[in-house]
Amino acid sequence: MNEPASVKDAIIDVRGLEMSYGSFVLMRDLNFTINRGDIFIIMGGSGCGKSTLLKHLVGLKRPASGQIIYNGSSYWESAPEEQERLKRRFGTLFQSGALWSSMTLGENVAMPLEQYTDLPPAIIRELVSFKLSLVGLGGFEDFYPAEISGGMKKRAGLARAMSLDPDLLFFDEPSAGLDPISARLLDDLIIELSESLGTTVVVVTHELASIFAIGTNSVFLDPEVKTMTACGDPKQLLKESPDPKVINFLTRGAGAQQR
Amino acid sequence: MAPSEIKIEKGPAGSLRLNLVGEWKLGNGIPAADSVLAGLDAGEKISGLCFDSGRLLGWDSALLIFLVKLFAICQQGGIAVDQSGLPAGVRKLVELASPDNQRSGVTRGTKRPPFLERVADAAFDQLRGFTEMLAFIGEVTLAFGKMLRGRADFRRLDLFVTIQETGAQALPIVTLISLLVGMIFAFIAAIQLKLFGAQIYVADVVGIGMVRVMGAIMTGIIMSGRTGAAFAAQLGTMQVNEEIDALETLGLSPVEFLVLPRMLALMLMMPLLCVYSDLMGVLGGMIVGVGMLDLGVMEYVHQTRAALNLTHFFVGMFHCFVFGILIAISGCLRGLQCERSASAVGYAATSAVVTGIVSIVVATLIITLSCEVLGI
Repeated sequence: MNEPASVKDAIIDVRGLEMSYGSFVLMRDLNFTINRGDIFIIMGGSGCGKSTLLKHLVGLKRPASGQIIYNGSSYWESAPEEQERLKRRFGTLFQSGALWSSMTLGENVAMPLEQYTDLPPAIIRELVSFKLSLVGLGGFEDFYPAEISGGMKKRAGLARAMSLDPDLLFFDEPSAGLDPISARLLDDLIIELSESLGTTVVVVTHELASIFAIGTNSVFLDPEVKTMTACGDPKQLLKESPDPKVINFLTRGAGAQQR
Repeated sequence: MAPSEIKIEKGPAGSLRLNLVGEWKLGNGIPAADSVLAGLDAGEKISGLCFDSGRLLGWDSALLIFLVKLFAICQQGGIAVDQSGLPAGVRKLVELASPDNQRSGVTRGTKRPPFLERVADAAFDQLRGFTEMLAFIGEVTLAFGKMLRGRADFRRLDLFVTIQETGAQALPIVTLISLLVGMIFAFIAAIQLKLFGAQIYVADVVGIGMVRVMGAIMTGIIMSGRTGAAFAAQLGTMQVNEEIDALETLGLSPVEFLVLPRMLALMLMMPLLCVYSDLMGVLGGMIVGVGMLDLGVMEYVHQTRAALNLTHFFVGMFHCFVFGILIAISGCLRGLQCERSASAVGYAATSAVVTGIVSIVVATLIITLSCEVLGI
């Protein structure tokens, strides 16, 4: 590939993205780059389009205009087979796990492996048990999603998202609905996975603790001006951002009084 | 891709050094963990294991499951493992997945119980299902009594919406089916009656058949498939989403709040649908009679009116009234019994239709026999 050096380690490049529902424009002019190995945070207040942006990034929703480029190839300009191939490199964890309720946890995790690989059943079984162990659910293979708690569902969803060893993991509000300890453990797990496997992680969240604990890069969406107003390492943004709204968000509203 | 390979070096005092070479990735032919030690075990005592990953080109879950298995074997054999030669990421992930980090005692036995036990379980399940059904009918009766005294809690709007869904919106399918059933009836009767030149009695057959029982049964079966299944799916989905629990925590009885309006709507609408179905059936018969048997329209109408009396008509309506209750009860019962998964909702809908149709047929038999005995 003849990419310029600066784009070389970019795994996702968003250029001039405009998101809309029908004629209602949610966000426009989004330009940012997610680098390989980043833990990238999409932040912003409720209803600003964070989850919609995630849907665009995982290829569920078509941009109104603009491009999303993965490893140098534009997703929506690729042939359907190419899109399928790209999607296999993604793992997505939905807000409430989105486990298939009529399958056991083991079957949930095994499904992508059975569909997309030709590994023998014995190896698949070992992989499933390993992935579940990674998220602390070893031994839960034969449980149905209805029989486990919300936090466990989320972790099982993560095991499923990781089943194909994806390059890119997407998380929609990973800590929503979890107790502080579980949320912290999940954050730690995200960091470990990103460090150990080199997985790039994209997280939608508004939990400040998470943002600072795991984020290495971020984008801040402002619904009032309908575009992104900040981009970069959240810890850096807290120190240096000139935008009072960003500071206000990152300090839970305390920034307004301080400045 | 460079193939994955393992090279074993023997060190001093029974220690082994495993050299991991090449790309350890899925689909790349990973060596089996047990074969590593099996080849050496003869006579030799292995005391320790260490790794060298200097020539490891790449890895994914394949290496991890290999190591997890190997470590488990080593632990069984009392072999000390020195992980320091492994990449840091691998060490961390293997540590995360280690048995110490799992909840203990959760693994389920997959052993199948013996045959007799399964038969007994199935029998007890049936019995439990039957008692649940009786309890549910009891609850519905109590709720109905409460409603008659004007003290039942449900939203009036729900009732009207359900009336619309089970009444007006069911007309097209009832029209189609009843018209066709009336025509089929007329055809069958015509074949025999034509032999005696008694075509005019087609009107009697179709009229009495449709009005007394077939109109009601066809309406019942249509509504069971259409509305009973819808009730079960609605309530089942509510069960899955914990909406039923939400009602209960508000102190609202699901039977009063959800079942009663549905049952009431069907009790009111089914007899009306039945009348409509009777009319359509007779019309279907007339189409065949006039179109194929050369009967006059007025002739057919007169013959039908002479054959029918109000008793036939009320028997048909009574059938449909009973069917309405049965469909509502079976649909709502299966919906409320629904478990919390997507396939359970499908099962609830299927089960509601089966229960509905079986109870309709049984009820028809009982009503017909009773009429016979009572001479109605």
